[in-house]
Amino acid sequence: MTNAENRGLHYEESLLWEKEQGDTSGVDLPPLENMPSRTGVEQRKTIGLPQLSEPEIVRHFVRMSTWNYSIDHGFFPLGSCTMKHNPRLNEKVARLSGFAHAHPMQPVSTAQGALELMHELQHWLAELTGLPGVCLSPAAGAHGELAGMMTIARAHEQQGNAHKKIILTPDSSHGTNPATAVMCGYEVRSISTKGTGRLTVEAFKEALYKTDDKGADIAGMMVTNPNTCGLFETNILEISDLLHEAGGYFYCDGANFNAVVGKVRPADFGADVMHINLHKTFSTPHGGGGPGSGPICCTEELAQYMPVPTVIKAEDGSYALEGVDDRPTTLGVLKAFQGQFGMHVRALSYMMSHGADGLQQVSEDAVLNANYVLKQLSDDYHVPFDGPCMHECLLTDKKQKEYGVSTLDIAKALVEYGYHPMTIYFPLVLQGTMLIEPTETESKETLDSFIETMKNIAADARDGRADKFHDFPVSSPRKRLDEVKAARKPVLRWKEVA
Amino acid sequence: MADFKYTKDHECVYVDGDIASVGITQHAQDALGDLVFIELPETGKSVVVGDEVAVVESVKTAAEVYTPVAGEIVEVNTPISDELELISSPINENGWLVKLKISDASALNALMDSAAYDAYLKEID
Repeated sequence: MTNAENRGLHYEESLLWEKEQGDTSGVDLPPLENMPSRTGVEQRKTIGLPQLSEPEIVRHFVRMSTWNYSIDHGFFPLGSCTMKHNPRLNEKVARLSGFAHAHPMQPVSTAQGALELMHELQHWLAELTGLPGVCLSPAAGAHGELAGMMTIARAHEQQGNAHKKIILTPDSSHGTNPATAVMCGYEVRSISTKGTGRLTVEAFKEALYKTDDKGADIAGMMVTNPNTCGLFETNILEISDLLHEAGGYFYCDGANFNAVVGKVRPADFGADVMHINLHKTFSTPHGGGGPGSGPICCTEELAQYMPVPTVIKAEDGSYALEGVDDRPTTLGVLKAFQGQFGMHVRALSYMMSHGADGLQQVSEDAVLNANYVLKQLSDDYHVPFDGPCMHECLLTDKKQKEYGVSTLDIAKALVEYGYHPMTIYFPLVLQGTMLIEPTETESKETLDSFIETMKNIAADARDGRADKFHDFPVSSPRKRLDEVKAARKPVLRWKEVA
Repeated sequence: MADFKYTKDHECVYVDGDIASVGITQHAQDALGDLVFIELPETGKSVVVGDEVAVVESVKTAAEVYTPVAGEIVEVNTPISDELELISSPINENGWLVKLKISDASALNALMDSAAYDAYLKEID
């Protein structure tokens, strides 16, 4: 790598292995000469890492970090992902020595403050969902899903319901839903939402009674509410009643909880168990910035089956971790210790600094922002389902396709114009979808600027500049990638095999 | 008798005697975008209507191909998994995915012919 490739303080960066040159020493110490061994070990072995110095290594990673795009750089409208601002107050609290230096193996009697915090978080989550059983340990959203579905599987197993083999899920669901059901040994049956964007009672009944007129073979359903089209499932109450009548449990995917916090308690629309992405709804960092956290909340009935540990409060006011011996009906332990404690601290900081009214306003503002974007773009882009939407809005490329411009082109154009694209080609129920979730923390100025960019892209498409789109992005460090080649012939080694 | 028939899920079937060739329509190819992978089944497997007989994966998504007719899989189009462009050829030439020896042809009657499929495409657009 030569200096010539670094332009305008924008750095190219080679692999660590390529940076190593000649006879240098770094992680391995140089050989000792004229020093007789007094330990009997004559030879120092290398450990096989590139021989680079600390400043070289630091620069390597810092340079590459400048290629990232994050919520701290700019607008990040990734639908169904809730990329919201991570308040720095959370970070300050998480760095308090008592929290930051707590060790999971220290005696419980010396970690009462940490346990009290977790107990308080359990309480907040139970209040907000209406589901009293809370397990904080799952380490991510998908892990929470697994914990929730294993709880349902455990319940059926303990109740002798081996004949219940089918999990219903809408065709607009997150891909993790059917995947999780299969992981738990279930067969997946899809509920059609084509054309409506929402679950209808008719389509639900058709799936529920397909192989048994009482739905006796149905173990449960997995539904995200609001759903991935950004719409609230208006028939959910009737649907969950029918499901419960058939003896199935309702797993609510909490990915879109940000739209309804403090407005709707999922228990009130029939949810039996749900996961909460603390990194979506309660502002802990998404990946990279820290581990995820996906606690589950469930009904009193299912609470006996959910994973351990849960923090319990004794009569004398002290806190303890409930283990397998305390609750033999549990499905067991899913995660070492008690989960991502640092995320628990951040999430509770967020909840307490907002208060109940503040959390409610968060949801209101998230929904307001999404509807503002939807309204402003509804002349330029095809809106498949009439608003109002919830916290995210759905558009398609139907209008642009007539001019040879696709959703992928629009996303690449956004990169060119300095935005992280929205979620594209998801949900799968429609062609060329674009799912935009602005979140509550964006100002009107930011939204207006994004809207203007989207309008300009639509105008360029209308004006017959399709060719220009097919090369975008042109100003980024890497240009338009050949996605077919990347998928078909990926380069998986840093150099050819000798 | 040789004939093309179409499903609502955009599979195309070409029937020649008791052999049915199953593939996907041009509309399906347009909707999927650039393909990256085609997964074919083993021969010798018996399938009923609605069983998955192939998976077609593009840069955007993966889609299962379901058989619109019951029978035994007697041949799979192995070259197509290396040369994905073949999928755009007619089903009765190189664009097919699997060939079935039909065991029950009754389901074929419910499928659309070319004119009905074109009308269906207009309707769902």
